[in-house]
Amino acid sequence: MSETIVSLPDQETASIPKMNYLSKENGLLSWLLTSDHKRIAILYLISISFFFFIGGSLAALIRLELLTPQSDLMATDTYNKVFSMHGIVMVFFFLVPSVPATLGNFFLPMMLGAKDLALPKVNLLSWYLYMVAGVLALYSMAAGGVDTGWTFTTPLSTHYVNTHVITTGMAIFVAGFSSIFTGLNFIVTIHKMRAPGMTWFRMPLFIWAHYAASILMVLGTPVLAIALVLVVLERTVGIGVFDPAKGGDPLLFQHLFWFYSHPAVYIMILPGMGVISEVISTFSRKRVFGYTAVAFSSVAIAVFGFFVWAHHMFIMGISSYSVLVFSLLTMLVAVPSAIKIFNWAFTLYKGSITFETPMLYAFGFMGLFTIGGMTGVFLGTSGTDIHLTETYFIVAHFHFVMVGGMLMAFLAGLHFWWPKMTGRMYPEKISQLAALITFIGFNFTFFPQFILGTLGMPRRYASYPAEFQVLNVLSTAGASILGVGYLLPVFYLLWSLKYGAIAGENPWQATGLEWQTQSPPLTENFTEIPVMDHEAYDYEWLERQKEKEVPSVG
Amino acid sequence: MDHISQVLWQFLVKWLTNFALFPPEASKIAPQMDALYFFIVLVSLIGLTIVVLLITSFSVLYSKRRHPVAVQIEGSTLLEATWTIIPLGLFLMMFVWGALIYFRVYTPPANAMNIYVVGKQWMWKAEHPGGQHEINSLHVPTGQPVQLTLISQDVFHSFSIPAFRVKREAIPGRYTTVWFEPTVPGTYHLFCTQYCGTEHSHMIGDVVVMTPEDYKKWLASSTSGMSLAQNGERLFASLSCTACHNTRPDARGPSLANVYGATLTLTSGQRITADDAYLREAILNPSQHITQGYAPIMPTYQGQVSEEGVFALVEYIKHLDSDYRVQQTTATTTLLPESEGAAAKPASAQREVKP
Repeated sequence: MSETIVSLPDQETASIPKMNYLSKENGLLSWLLTSDHKRIAILYLISISFFFFIGGSLAALIRLELLTPQSDLMATDTYNKVFSMHGIVMVFFFLVPSVPATLGNFFLPMMLGAKDLALPKVNLLSWYLYMVAGVLALYSMAAGGVDTGWTFTTPLSTHYVNTHVITTGMAIFVAGFSSIFTGLNFIVTIHKMRAPGMTWFRMPLFIWAHYAASILMVLGTPVLAIALVLVVLERTVGIGVFDPAKGGDPLLFQHLFWFYSHPAVYIMILPGMGVISEVISTFSRKRVFGYTAVAFSSVAIAVFGFFVWAHHMFIMGISSYSVLVFSLLTMLVAVPSAIKIFNWAFTLYKGSITFETPMLYAFGFMGLFTIGGMTGVFLGTSGTDIHLTETYFIVAHFHFVMVGGMLMAFLAGLHFWWPKMTGRMYPEKISQLAALITFIGFNFTFFPQFILGTLGMPRRYASYPAEFQVLNVLSTAGASILGVGYLLPVFYLLWSLKYGAIAGENPWQATGLEWQTQSPPLTENFTEIPVMDHEAYDYEWLERQKEKEVPSVG
Repeated sequence: MDHISQVLWQFLVKWLTNFALFPPEASKIAPQMDALYFFIVLVSLIGLTIVVLLITSFSVLYSKRRHPVAVQIEGSTLLEATWTIIPLGLFLMMFVWGALIYFRVYTPPANAMNIYVVGKQWMWKAEHPGGQHEINSLHVPTGQPVQLTLISQDVFHSFSIPAFRVKREAIPGRYTTVWFEPTVPGTYHLFCTQYCGTEHSHMIGDVVVMTPEDYKKWLASSTSGMSLAQNGERLFASLSCTACHNTRPDARGPSLANVYGATLTLTSGQRITADDAYLREAILNPSQHITQGYAPIMPTYQGQVSEEGVFALVEYIKHLDSDYRVQQTTATTTLLPESEGAAAKPASAQREVKP
């Protein structure tokens, strides 16, 4: 079939290699005490999927409540808790660790030609911290939840709500350390563990994106930790840092919180962009157009990303001149994203394109991220931000970036590397269908919210004026389609673990070092440390390799 | 089946009769902001069309079937420069245009009338200079710039009028302002857009825009008999402010006549303009705001005056245009018991409703 590049070994004779990272040791303890980055990645994959479906169920409750203008499904307090926990779970327990902790953990060392991350035990510690944080978050949810919104706005969170702010705050504090350690581990690994010949400009763009995101994790997360500790201290002993009655400044919390939480959106999206670079290149059989520009745009996003936080505060009475500065810097951070989109589009030019599932998700990413990015410009423009901020326009904007962008990228990456991780192919047709359903459902869910926001419907409302109902019904209907799109992969991916076709070493004919070894890989990743004697995405090198090689499996 | 079609029918009727796509434009700034909004929409649509066209046309032209062997291309500095510079230029245009609108929204004209708004869990309370109070509604006339001075008594709230395209956070402990000039009479939504706890979604109300004639009628029919400044005067007397701020030669506090808008020198040597925010601070946190030449003896009024009370005091001080007016307050309060102090004064002196 000329429409695909899949090159699978002869299924009659092929089998999963007997010796691999999955089969090396057995038993629960071999997983819980492992220091193998690949096993830790699988642990993360299971945990973040669990939290994704918790966050997703909460989202379903939100959409159900908003089906009618009245607040009738649940009490307003319950609704407030539901959207707060949805945000907290999705941001801190799914989006932040999603690509880095799973795909990054698994493939970053392999792409560099390393045996493991630089600090394998710290890597395991990251997962344990994540789990401790997750259990704390689940406990706070079970004990009655928290209703501050994921933004913990003071003085609401410090003086006015009577829910589990401290437990949840601690959960995020601990999850933050998990993220700091992951970032630190990646930075050290990228500096110290590159295979011979793997210069900075031969690294796949996935690595560049993770490097940029890791810097953000290491430098940004501590500020969030400080902000949360201050909230907890303010709540417990009333230190008065944020309390105007004690001479504190409630805006200070906004500054501290957004100093992390704006870069955090780049922590979430950059690794996703890394995935897209790999996928687009592989399925168009072409090197990424303007490698250097794409690599440096990741770094530029990371650097500028630190200096735009106050664009969340344009209407909060900060000085008009700081509004000017932050609006300008926000415009500058939009440019590298535009560069990436066009470079990816031109990677297709004169390629030889096939349309497997990862590529469909990547196309979905490009379209939705363009909308998400452009609507960000509406909000970075100080004038229009006044009208659009704090409405459903904001909700739609960041869901286009985070769900339309990041989640699409995560699914693209998951399908792309599934054969490498498990040694088996996912079923192609049904997963293409799932990608399509996700795309359609997504647009139905979130596009109406742009109109709602322009009309002025505020976010975090349990009830709303009747004239907004039609659009809300559309959105809820779309969400149910989206739900199907997210559930399908769970079933067919699990199915493929047993019944999927044997993948062989390199089913996509991709160039990354991770594809030049058996699937699933050995615990040591490579039988001998590879030498990188070519640039990233060098398909001609791959052709030459194939000529030399005697085909063998297992 | 019958049942379902009826539901569908109702849904369709609702859709057609009650389906908003764009908010009404009811203030002077609204069309200006919408022009920028549609400019960005246009740029976004063009950008999105280009991206979608590139993806689809390349997907068709260079699919593996049509184009079995890829041609390796490093990149193109010229092309990359193009798609760096053009978006940058467009974004900078939006930045400048947006900043112009932003400054317009938050810089009130000199002739704006001021309405004070207190946000609290979970209601909006508006205090008109004429003494009219409103809860969860705001009456304003067309053709008159209106400035709102906002403060929150508890958590962050946000005062949003989508039809006017304006919004401002009400923050605990500090004044924020926003202004608008309504153009079209009607009733519009008022929302609290900053999440503020349990009843956040019920912190809503109506903004009623009236013709100037109707507005005058409304003002006359809703007055409580005393202007906000008069309320302030009564409070001023009952808090014994007159004990020091009394214009006598041996007064321990400065005279407050004409203090509003004046430039003051503090004991720290700092020079400040006495605006609403300064007056509020000087009442609630006086030790930090002592005028040069006076002893730091003023007690704090934190916790003793509500935000509405501070508004009234500020409004009163704003309208103190001569020492004589201060002496009037002093004289009446020393002669009369507190509660009757204000009521006994000639009403004509305090008719302060601005044009």
